[in-house]
Amino acid sequence: MYTKEMLESMKKVEANRAANAVMEPRRMTAEEKDTLLKTYHPDYRQEEFDVLAVGPNKGEKVPKELAALLQANSRIDPAKIDLSHVDYDVDVLIIGGGGAGASAAIEADNAGAKAMIVTKLRIGDANTMMAEGGIQAADKPNDSPAIHYLDAFGGGHFAAKPELLYKLVSEAPEAIQWLNNLGVEFDKAPDGTMITTHGGGTSRKRMHAAKDYSGAEIMRTLRDEVLNRGIPVVDFTAAIELILDKNGNAAGAVLLNMETQEILIARAKTVIIATGGAGRLHYQGFPTSNHYGATADGLILAYRAGAKLLYPDTLQYHPTGAAYPEQIFGALVTEKVRSLGAKLINVDGEVFMHPLETRDVSAASIIRECSDRGKGVTTPEGVGVWLDTPMIELKGGEGTIEKRIPAMLRMFGKYDIDIRKEPILVYPTLHYQNGGIDIASNGQSNVENLFVAGEAVGGIHGRNRLMGNSLLDIIVFGRNAGRNAAEKSKDVQVSELTLAHVDAFKKEMEEAGIHSDIVSPKLLPDYRRHK
Amino acid sequence: MEKMVHIFLMGKQYEVPSNLTIMKAMEYAGYQLIRGCGCRNGFCGACATIYRIKGDRELKVCLACQTKVEDNMYVATLPFFPLIKQVYDIEKISPTQQIMMQLYPEIYACIGCNACTKSCTQGLNVMQYIAYAQRGDFEKCAEESFDCVMCGVCSSRCPAGISHPQVAMLARRLNGKYLAPKSEHLENRVREIQNGDFKELLEGLMQKPLEEMQELYNHREIEK
Repeated sequence: MYTKEMLESMKKVEANRAANAVMEPRRMTAEEKDTLLKTYHPDYRQEEFDVLAVGPNKGEKVPKELAALLQANSRIDPAKIDLSHVDYDVDVLIIGGGGAGASAAIEADNAGAKAMIVTKLRIGDANTMMAEGGIQAADKPNDSPAIHYLDAFGGGHFAAKPELLYKLVSEAPEAIQWLNNLGVEFDKAPDGTMITTHGGGTSRKRMHAAKDYSGAEIMRTLRDEVLNRGIPVVDFTAAIELILDKNGNAAGAVLLNMETQEILIARAKTVIIATGGAGRLHYQGFPTSNHYGATADGLILAYRAGAKLLYPDTLQYHPTGAAYPEQIFGALVTEKVRSLGAKLINVDGEVFMHPLETRDVSAASIIRECSDRGKGVTTPEGVGVWLDTPMIELKGGEGTIEKRIPAMLRMFGKYDIDIRKEPILVYPTLHYQNGGIDIASNGQSNVENLFVAGEAVGGIHGRNRLMGNSLLDIIVFGRNAGRNAAEKSKDVQVSELTLAHVDAFKKEMEEAGIHSDIVSPKLLPDYRRHK
Repeated sequence: MEKMVHIFLMGKQYEVPSNLTIMKAMEYAGYQLIRGCGCRNGFCGACATIYRIKGDRELKVCLACQTKVEDNMYVATLPFFPLIKQVYDIEKISPTQQIMMQLYPEIYACIGCNACTKSCTQGLNVMQYIAYAQRGDFEKCAEESFDCVMCGVCSSRCPAGISHPQVAMLARRLNGKYLAPKSEHLENRVREIQNGDFKELLEGLMQKPLEEMQELYNHREIEK
C-alpha cells in the first residue's frame, strides 16, 4: 500500500523503534511553546482572518470563511414568511441532534417541559458520534476537579471563562455517572475501576473510554433514550433563522425541510442552539475530521439575532488526521493512539517531540517538522509524519490494539495497512471550534431565552481544548441548558413573533457597504465536481 | 492522468477516478448528498450501500464512505431502513431473558441462515450476537455487537424480520447499566463533590491572578 519512498523511510522507523519506544522525550517549556505556536499554528496566520464590519462582534477578527457567512444574506425574505401559521408549538426548541442536543432534550423532558429536536440530518449525525478517544472526569483518588481545572485552564492558554470551567470540571464525575446509569458502557477493570489514560496536556490519567468508539457509544445511547421518551425529533429539517418576539427574546425558528424545501414555523418559549462545529468550512483549506453538517449554522443564526461570539478566531487542528491513504485524508486518528504509547516520528526515524503535548502545540510541531525542518514524508495529498502504532503493542502487549482501538485497526485495515505491524502517516486536520456563542453559566446567551450548548459555545475551554473535554462539555452543558431552558419556559409568555432582526441585520450590512452574493447558514458543504 | 473506472449509480453509468470512495465518486458524478451521508468516516452508518460487480452473482454491502469504487460496480444506496425500535423505560426493565421475549420476540424466529453476518458492513458476527441475546447473555451480546454502527443492512437481509442493531442496543444498555461492575471511586467522588469538598479549592483557583496560575500550571506534577 505504501509508496517506495514511504517504505524507505519506514525502514528507519522500524530500525529505531525499540530505542524510540523506551525514551521519554522532554516536554517543551512555556516559552518554547509560545514561540512554536506563533510561528506555525494556523490561528496565527493573520492573512487568513477578516475583521467583522457588522454585528455584536464588529471590529473583531474571525476566519475569512466564517466572516463570509456571518456577513451574508438570509435564506429567507421575512416579508414572505407567515409567522401566524405555526407548525410546531413547544416549550423548548432544540436545534441540533448531537450529544448536546440529545442531553438537553432528556433533561428538559425530565423537567416536565415539552421539548422538540430539529436537526438538518438525522439525530446522531454529529461530531459526538465520531469522538473516539474518551471523556475526562477527575474521579480517581489521586485526582481532583481542581487539578482538572488547572490542566484545562493552562491548556486553553488561561482564557476559559472561570465560571464555565468550574462547572465543567465539578460536574464531570456526575456526568459520567449519569451516562453509565443510562447504560453507556465504559472500559472497566473487573472490580469496576474505570480504565483511564492520559490525553495531551493532562497531568492525571482521567480519560474514560469505550474502546475507541467513545462518542458513538454515548451518542447511540442518548439517541435511544430520546426515542424511548417519545421526544419528537424532526429530522432532515434545518433551522434557517431564529424567530424573536416583540420583546427581543428568542421565541422559535424558521425551519426548512431539506428534501422538499418546505418552510415551517416553530414557536417556542425557549430555544437551545446545539448545532455543533464548523469543520466543513475547511478553514485555510484544511481537511477535517468533522461530520458532514459541521458548517457553523448556529453561530450564523445567533449572530443575526444579536448574540455575541467569544473567541471565534480560534480553531483546533487535531495533530493526527490521516495523511494517507488519500481515501481517508483528514479522518481522525484518535489521540488515544498516543495515550497508549505511539510516538510521532519524522522521515529520518527520529522522535521529534513528546507525544502528549496539548493539541495546538502538537499540531504546530508537526507543521514545523514538515515545513521549515523538511523532515516530513511526502504523500499524494501533501506531507505527513509517522505515528508509530506498533509501539503500542511493544508497550502494552499483543492484542492491545484490537482491544483498545478497534476502529483505528479497521479504518486502516480497509486499505491493507495493519497498524499493529506498520506505522501510519498523519498531519493536522481541522477538528474543533474552540470559540462560539458566549454564554453565562446557566447556558443562556445575551439574547434572552436563547440557550446554547456543545461545540457552538465559546469560552468553556479558552483558546485550545484538551482531549476528552468536549464529550464532557456536551453532556455537562447540554444537560445544564436543557434544565435551565425548561425551567425558564415555565414563566415565559411569548408575545407576537417577528423577524425584524433579519431585516435590521441586512440594513446594517448595507450601511457598512457590505454586499454579498452568498446565503447563510450554509447547511451542507458542496463537494460536487461541477457546481 | 488518473485512472478512471466505470460505475453505475442507481443503474446510470458514470466515469470516475479509480481512487475515490463510493461517496466521493457520487459527488464527483454530481450528486449533492442530503441523505446517505453523515460522518463520512465510518462511525454513523448513514451510508449503507449495496453493490454488485457486473457478472458477479454475489451481492455485496458496504459503507459508501469506507469503500473504494471498482470497475463495473453497480451501486444502490440504502439511506434509510425501517428498523423496529421498541420503546422501554431503562429504569424499569431488568436484564433477564424475559425482556427480549417481550420486546423483540422475533429474534426467536431466526432460521440460522447467517445472512446478517455475511452482510455486516463492520464485519461483525451478527448471528452470534443474536444467539447471545436469545439466551439472555447480554454481556456477550454487548461485546460481540460493540462496533455496530446501526446501518441496518443486516436487517434488510433478514428473512425473520429481526432488527438486529436495536436488539444489540438494548443488550448494551442493559449490560452498561445493570451488569457491568459498579465504579466505587466514581460514586465516592460524586458524593464528595455533592458534599462541597472541592468548592473552596476551586473557588480559590478561580480567583488567583494569571501569573500565579501560569506558575502553578507550568510546574504541576504529571503522573507517569
